[in-house]
Amino acid sequence: MTATSSTAPKARSRWREWSLPFLFMLPALLVYGLFVLVPIAQAAWFSLFDWNGLEPLNDFVGLDNYARVLNDTVFQQAAWHNALIVLLSLFVQIPFALWLALMLNNRFRGRTLLRLIFFAPYVISEVITGVVWRLLLYPGGMVDQGLESVGGGFLIHEWLADRSIVMFTLFAVITWKYFGFHMIIMLAGLQGIPRELEEAAAIDGASRRQTVRSIILPLLGPTIRVSVFLSIIGGVQLFDLVWATTRGGPANASATMATYLFDVGIVRTRMGYGSAVAVILFIVCLVVAVAYVRLVMRRDTDGAMTAAEN
Amino acid sequence: MSRYLRMGALAGASAILAGTLGIGAVVAQDEVEFDVYDLHTVNPGLAFTQMAADAFMGQNPGVKINVVTLENEALKDRISADMAAGSPPDVFQSWGSGVLRQQVDAGMVQDITDAVADIKDEISPGAMSLYQLDGRQYGIPYNFGLVGMWYNKDLLAEAGIEAPATTWQEFLDQVQLLKDAGITPISIGAGDQWPAMFWWAYLATRIGGQEAMENAIATGDWTGEAFVRAGEELKRLVDMDPFQPGALAATHDEQQGVFGNGEAAYMLQGQWAIGSQRAQSASGQGIGNALGWAQFPTVEGGAGLLTDVFGGGDGYSIGRDAPPEAVEFVKYLVSPDVASVWQSFNDGTLLPTNGAEQYITDPILAEVVQKRNEATFAQLYLDQATSPELGGAINAAVADLIAGVKTPEEMTQTITEEAAAAAD
Repeated sequence: MTATSSTAPKARSRWREWSLPFLFMLPALLVYGLFVLVPIAQAAWFSLFDWNGLEPLNDFVGLDNYARVLNDTVFQQAAWHNALIVLLSLFVQIPFALWLALMLNNRFRGRTLLRLIFFAPYVISEVITGVVWRLLLYPGGMVDQGLESVGGGFLIHEWLADRSIVMFTLFAVITWKYFGFHMIIMLAGLQGIPRELEEAAAIDGASRRQTVRSIILPLLGPTIRVSVFLSIIGGVQLFDLVWATTRGGPANASATMATYLFDVGIVRTRMGYGSAVAVILFIVCLVVAVAYVRLVMRRDTDGAMTAAEN
Repeated sequence: MSRYLRMGALAGASAILAGTLGIGAVVAQDEVEFDVYDLHTVNPGLAFTQMAADAFMGQNPGVKINVVTLENEALKDRISADMAAGSPPDVFQSWGSGVLRQQVDAGMVQDITDAVADIKDEISPGAMSLYQLDGRQYGIPYNFGLVGMWYNKDLLAEAGIEAPATTWQEFLDQVQLLKDAGITPISIGAGDQWPAMFWWAYLATRIGGQEAMENAIATGDWTGEAFVRAGEELKRLVDMDPFQPGALAATHDEQQGVFGNGEAAYMLQGQWAIGSQRAQSASGQGIGNALGWAQFPTVEGGAGLLTDVFGGGDGYSIGRDAPPEAVEFVKYLVSPDVASVWQSFNDGTLLPTNGAEQYITDPILAEVVQKRNEATFAQLYLDQATSPELGGAINAAVADLIAGVKTPEEMTQTITEEAAAAAD
């Protein structure tokens, strides 16, 4: 009796505590539910059928689509391409953005203009980037002409037609597009580091390198972890830029899981199969995101998403 | 035709269209609006479609036509997306046959058999049949031609070649001569995949003949000897490295540009190439008088005939929700007066309207039309004759062969497997 009466007011006040925030969240939850959760559920449903998107849904095949997707060599290649882009982003693009941010954190004339120029590619849409770079990379196009004019003619390759390098060409375009974005994120992080710490280190006789390594980088940790996270998720979902530049070709040499989804699922009207690819892609992103936030970003999210460690 | 002559022709055409009063007039009820999904991205087709729409609107007050022009691949994606969303476009580009069948089965396309009853006798039956399914009419053709071997007379002469090859072995020998002379033998748009499919499909038609082709499409078995041999012959060609730099990534437009700039000697493409190689070239003039056209060479020991052709047509289909004026507009486009204007551009569009042929002034187009009319067997583009599912797989498999990723056996095996998967 006493237990019930002591929990009853608690339950009521908990509901009162939550009801107002819940009501505030309701519109956002509805939109999220309608435009994110419902389509995901629909995709999961469609993936159980052999369906061309136009006819009625009556060819149930169970998990057959999933088995075929995972056994398909083109999908496996596409998944590997995604992994390659993620790895290259982590070990080339992020360090480069970080280095630039460190440079541009010091005061010098023209700093703002440089920041603007480096950030500008991020503003251009993926499709336009793809179309323009396709023209630039065309055999005999501006890139080839530029290389020849500085005597680098021997470096010229078939940038988009050579199956062994097309993925790297695309990575170069991706880097061009996103390094400014990561640089700005790092700059914002850098500005959160008090100047006094660097000054104190300088007084103690630390070299620039030691200062960066031991003071700035650790303090920049949360920012870098955010950048890495965005980079990984972006790499796994890569579609627009690849499709606009190469359509996943030549012969699937630049296919990503998302371009594979579009090519087979929509262009070849195998909607059920494409839905299976979509669900797999969703699960991959979900696992990566949850694992990353729980493991790598644990320190940054303590108290917000996990029980704070005292 | 020089650029100024063409401008003049366009202006003249505009005047003539204005004069075709009464031919396209229908009873307009209130405000009617419909979209036309059109693939003519370059002149004269681009300007002409809008001109025809304006003329039709002028004769039918209350009708509003929105012409949406998109590049080939983008257009296919757009139509696909619209259909998947359940709102088919009103008037849209169609190549008929297998792909159209899928759209019809989904209830996205209007049955216009009754609406076209009055013009049926004015249009070539062969062209109309591409848009017929189970005896009902689901589209109206505006272009009907075939794929052939375009060549650059000057480049062939440079390599010491007098005439384009008539047999496949001769063709391979010529490719070697061209390479030795430092000339790129062939321009191909393997990036778009279907230009690559043309090569294999023509070889298969020459080697297997009508029976093998019809059999394969009906049964879904593409592992027959004719198809493997076609793959092997194509591989012999690919191993000679005959294509332009960047060929594996090149689109159809880029392919036409390379040929139109005089950078390659041969190009296997459809009848529209006569205008495309001009429009896509850097100068805008194409290769001018050096342009030649020949039929695809025969293959020694093949069952197919020189007079068998591979090609198809273009047409417009009408979406399920489109107003009756939409059908009238397409009928207007292929009506004798308007068709004659279009045909007079000689840009490669071969109108299937009776009597349009007399407006063909270009000797090459005249030859193409003659070969079309004499054809013993016409094989439709494979990616249109089959479903989008199988057609896309065929295109991709041939592109894989050309990229060196698949052997001929693997290619035909993949295609057969996809056919089996598509069938159930």
